[in-house]
Amino acid sequence: MAYITFRGIDFRYGPKGPLTIRGLDLELRRGEFFMLVGPSGCGKTTVLNILAGFEAPTAGELLVEGHAVTGPQRDRIVIFQEPDSLYPWLTTLENVEFPLRVLGVSRSERRARVGEALRLVGLRGHEAKHPGQLSGGMKQRVQIARALVLDAPILLMDEPFGALDAQTRIILQDELAQIAARTQQTILFITHDIHEAIFLADRIGVMTAGPESTLKKIVEIELPRPRTRGSAAFGELYEHVHQILSEEVRRVLRREDSLL
Amino acid sequence: MFDASLTTAGVRAQSRWWYLGARSEAAWIGALSLVAVVVLWQIASTRWVPSILFPTPLRTLEACSTMMWEGVLPHHVAVSLARIAAGFVLGTVVGVPVGLAMGLFPPVLIFLEPYVQFFRFVPPVAWIIPAILWFGIGETSKIFLIFYTTVFLVLFNTMVGVSAVARNQIRSARCFGADRRQLFLWVILPGTMPHVLTGMRLAMGNSFAAVVGAEFIAAQSGLGFLIVDSGTWMATDRMFAGMLTLGVLGILADQLFRAASARWASRYLLSN
Repeated sequence: MAYITFRGIDFRYGPKGPLTIRGLDLELRRGEFFMLVGPSGCGKTTVLNILAGFEAPTAGELLVEGHAVTGPQRDRIVIFQEPDSLYPWLTTLENVEFPLRVLGVSRSERRARVGEALRLVGLRGHEAKHPGQLSGGMKQRVQIARALVLDAPILLMDEPFGALDAQTRIILQDELAQIAARTQQTILFITHDIHEAIFLADRIGVMTAGPESTLKKIVEIELPRPRTRGSAAFGELYEHVHQILSEEVRRVLRREDSLL
Repeated sequence: MFDASLTTAGVRAQSRWWYLGARSEAAWIGALSLVAVVVLWQIASTRWVPSILFPTPLRTLEACSTMMWEGVLPHHVAVSLARIAAGFVLGTVVGVPVGLAMGLFPPVLIFLEPYVQFFRFVPPVAWIIPAILWFGIGETSKIFLIFYTTVFLVLFNTMVGVSAVARNQIRSARCFGADRRQLFLWVILPGTMPHVLTGMRLAMGNSFAAVVGAEFIAAQSGLGFLIVDSGTWMATDRMFAGMLTLGVLGILADQLFRAASARWASRYLLSN
């Protein structure tokens, strides 16, 4: 049985807005790393926001372990592309501790769990720094640590490495692969980067071009882990996913051309 | 041969019109500016308008020191500052909660915003006469005016501050399961702090203008009264001394406010 079920999800902004997502069906298995790719503006972030509980679907049904999603909840933590979800007035330690304070965890237990989360993402020694004093990659590590500290079963990552430089991105992908293998969380991850998708995913879902977008195809990535970039099998999968995705991207471009 | 202009610092220095090398250089320019203005003032008051209408810097300073010894200046300063402090504190105490309420609850915003927008364009000086008619020439009318000056600036900035809190900060707090109280105390309030402080700082500057205005029209004490009263008696040196004191006090108050913000609220002024 599926862990998370999207069934016939429609979404439009406001009562009269255009239909951005139409009839989306998707089932996520417990503990899988699911990548969502698609042309810009196809509504990937909307899908993630619906699962996060930030947006309510216009029609259809969304279930997590059989229960309908009604709003944000502790079992689903979002990691945003921009670091603007961090609290600049708090230090690294206090930011990571924040979810535990909300939960009312005792100080000593908080310190222990925060220490463990910071160690996992390699932020030991930066506890007293404020986000403004950290690099872009380190800020994303703070976001990841802050999500890990709650042991949430589901992580929702909205292009978390999209704004980082190529080198930092690769390092964080490696780290995330290790963390995901260890924590066994169910991860929904949005990206534009096919390499990133193949490196991390168990399955890649490709969305059609918007509006009225939906899931076009799911590609199983059965490469053994830990994965290496650049193997022959990796290259074949890249071509395969690229083929599916570029058809949709071309549709967007053709439409934009016809508008000009 | 070593060419200094080829180093990065050298190139950077050349690329600017003027290169400020060290702090001491800035201090020198500051001192130079002060001297230049005093010299210009001296020339203007002895050569261009040599009359009782324009006292020299020295006579102004003399008037300052005379009034210090007489106890006149400390008295007027104390009176004006007390009025500013009372109105400023009152305006902040009312402005922050109302601004928060407007930022947080749309019905409150819809209810109050037209009046906030309206009174923004009715300056404190327009209220001097009504204030005196209603509250007399005592302290109440002055404090009312400072309150009026402060409350709208603080309220407006607080309201804007609430809506400027990053959406993702609120969204992640909701992911963590924060209830409304936690969301308010731990996310919205600290996130609004920079705007609150900006509003308070602006209000403090404007309060100096407002108190002088009120003391011009009807008062027996305060720096505004000192300036008007000295002018009436053609004691222009005392009048200038009052103006000088006003400027210096304003700068000191602003610096004090900034120092206090840096001391107690610096973490809220950081950005991501």
